[in-house]
Amino acid sequence: MPTRIPIRDERLLPLHAKVLEGDRLSWDDGLLLYESHDLNGVGYMANIVRERKHGSKAYWVRNQHLNYTNVCNKFCRFCSFYAKKGGPVAYTLSMAEVEERLRAHLDIPITEVHIVGGIHPRLPYSYYLDLLQTVRGVRPDAHIKAFTMIELQQIQLVANKPMDEVLSDLRDAGLGSLPGGGVEVLSDRLHVELFDRKLDGEEWLETARAAHRAGFRSNVTMLYGHLERPVERVEHMVKIRELQDETGGFLTFIPLSFHPENTDLDHIPPPTGQDDLRNIAVGRLMLDNVDHIKSFWIMNTAPITQVALWYGADDTDGTIQEYEITRDAETNTRQVLTRAQLVEMIAEAGRDPVERDTMYNVIAA
Amino acid sequence: MTPDMELIADKVYDGARLTFDDAMTVWACPDLPLLGHLAQHVRFRKHPKRVVTFIVSRNINYTNVCWVQCKFCAFYRLPKSDEAYLLPHEEIFAKIQALVDVGGYEILIQGGLNPKLRVDYFEDLFGSIRARFPSVHIHGLSVSEILYIAKLSKLSLEDTLVRLRESGMATIPGAGGEILDDEPRDIIAPYKDSTEEWLHVMRVAHGLGMRSTATMMYGHVESIEHRIKHLMRVRELQDETGGFTAFAAWSFQPDGTDLVIEKRSSGLEHLKMMALCRLMLDNVDGLQASWVTQGPKIAQASLEYGVNDFGQTMMEENVVSAAGTSHFVNAEEICRLIRNAGYTPRLRNAYYDDMGDPDDLPTAPTAATAEKGADNE
Repeated sequence: MPTRIPIRDERLLPLHAKVLEGDRLSWDDGLLLYESHDLNGVGYMANIVRERKHGSKAYWVRNQHLNYTNVCNKFCRFCSFYAKKGGPVAYTLSMAEVEERLRAHLDIPITEVHIVGGIHPRLPYSYYLDLLQTVRGVRPDAHIKAFTMIELQQIQLVANKPMDEVLSDLRDAGLGSLPGGGVEVLSDRLHVELFDRKLDGEEWLETARAAHRAGFRSNVTMLYGHLERPVERVEHMVKIRELQDETGGFLTFIPLSFHPENTDLDHIPPPTGQDDLRNIAVGRLMLDNVDHIKSFWIMNTAPITQVALWYGADDTDGTIQEYEITRDAETNTRQVLTRAQLVEMIAEAGRDPVERDTMYNVIAA
Repeated sequence: MTPDMELIADKVYDGARLTFDDAMTVWACPDLPLLGHLAQHVRFRKHPKRVVTFIVSRNINYTNVCWVQCKFCAFYRLPKSDEAYLLPHEEIFAKIQALVDVGGYEILIQGGLNPKLRVDYFEDLFGSIRARFPSVHIHGLSVSEILYIAKLSKLSLEDTLVRLRESGMATIPGAGGEILDDEPRDIIAPYKDSTEEWLHVMRVAHGLGMRSTATMMYGHVESIEHRIKHLMRVRELQDETGGFTAFAAWSFQPDGTDLVIEKRSSGLEHLKMMALCRLMLDNVDGLQASWVTQGPKIAQASLEYGVNDFGQTMMEENVVSAAGTSHFVNAEEICRLIRNAGYTPRLRNAYYDDMGDPDDLPTAPTAATAEKGADNE
């Protein structure tokens, strides 16, 4: 008679016992979660944690993404967004264009504007402050989530002031919180291999620490499906968990499914559906001190995101207007889900759709 | 686990048959990892090895002429249409040669109900294929085509099947099963064979020793009750004949068809369907993935929902792609997806006999591309 616990891989049973007790999973546990062939067993455990934290709620947000420039001096090998020679045409939005983009969607009651861009070496400090103020002017009620740790470091560089003062200026201009992109994988090997011009792991963590200490919440991502190994994903999660113990500043963990097309790594096949579900589930199990796990549907696809609501994810991101970063260069299609589509997608999965704002305050259930 | 799902789990672990009501309970359960787990329990009981099979075969749609006008179909053309076609034999031979060149050994030959084609056309076609390509297996002609050929040729069903088999048609695809319940079937395909006729043709074919697959097209006008009845009818016939080798289910693709639906069936629903099929069809060996309609991500995830076969490399696909969906996966990609999920890919034939290592195909994937993935450090 098989066990009544719906786990096939018996090696997972000690982890299941820890999960039930609320005990922290170890580094080796993390490796086993990647190594086990029992994706449903891993998902079943992740769902226990997910339901303990959020019951059946599944969050979504009405938001607009804004990518103010694709000029970037970091040349990360996994990126198809930055303007390269012969690549997409370089652009930097003027304040008039920023206003125009925002006004194009004024009929939608968004609660969040999500702003990220490339590292444009010539933008002055005032550009970033103007950007925030412009957005606040057009969308005074929306929360502004802007600037990855990489951009924050660049902003400090051009501001030529201590980070605390920069963060204070940004707050005065309208900054509400920081997104989680740009961290990729906290691994020295991958830093050298893939994004050596960007902050290394220690610097990224130090910048996040400074932002959290200044009272900002932020998200944190993990880009997977390129050259990283499972052990490096576990290392990434353990480092985030350690900083979270210290600051409590991370709101949401977002595994990002790598899109190799049009990058230097386009010989690598894209992550599979099981890779996507597993990274969500392992994230939920390892990051016991981070409240939310998001399946970013724009990179995971909507079908996988819907399924992920049973593999540890409690958040789907949102309606998303104007997302440019993995926009399809061939068809030039922008990806948008309507409110009705998102709500239906969540409800069909047997979850309760909850519209949230950036800080997970409930807008409507 | 809810108490009603605990009862289901007990039955699954005991190897007991699930009832209609049990199927309704399974369908009402939203817990995906649990459904996947139970389906995998059945899968591994039937197929203990961590192997996922597939077949190197190609579709050949010899004609698109069809007068039946099924509302869900975007492929057919009426006999007088400018776009109507009948492939010349030479073109069919060229397609088979292209398959043989990449190591393939089966053709899936299907078309429409073309009023000009009697049994002698097929005898000639299959006979000449067999003469040129003696090692190529002919998997062909849906139930509707077989019934129509019998009628046009003024032959009994048995005689028709015997003549087709003697000319080289070895096994029968389950396509055209659509939904085996006349209530929805009469709405989507009013001029097509009935549920009873479809089952009858399969019964007779199995009786003659011909094996076949069975399929379901869901996600149109049918209810979950209709789907469950479909599965139970297949199961009943299988108890009687044992002739079905495998089952496949795919969701209706609406573009370009005359059937208007509110929304396309989701990937999540497909995973639940795969689990339901695996749990209900306790007497059918194989369950196939549907990457053509679901795409590679959901198709690969379905390997954790009872699926043990990745279907076929098609080389071309004209029916579903006419309805706006065209996912394409080659043998190398199929192997990558299977290995990434922790299984060993193996080739099979139409009888599900082992046909060797896909790495030995003329277009075998290189180790570097096949090894990448979560479980391949």
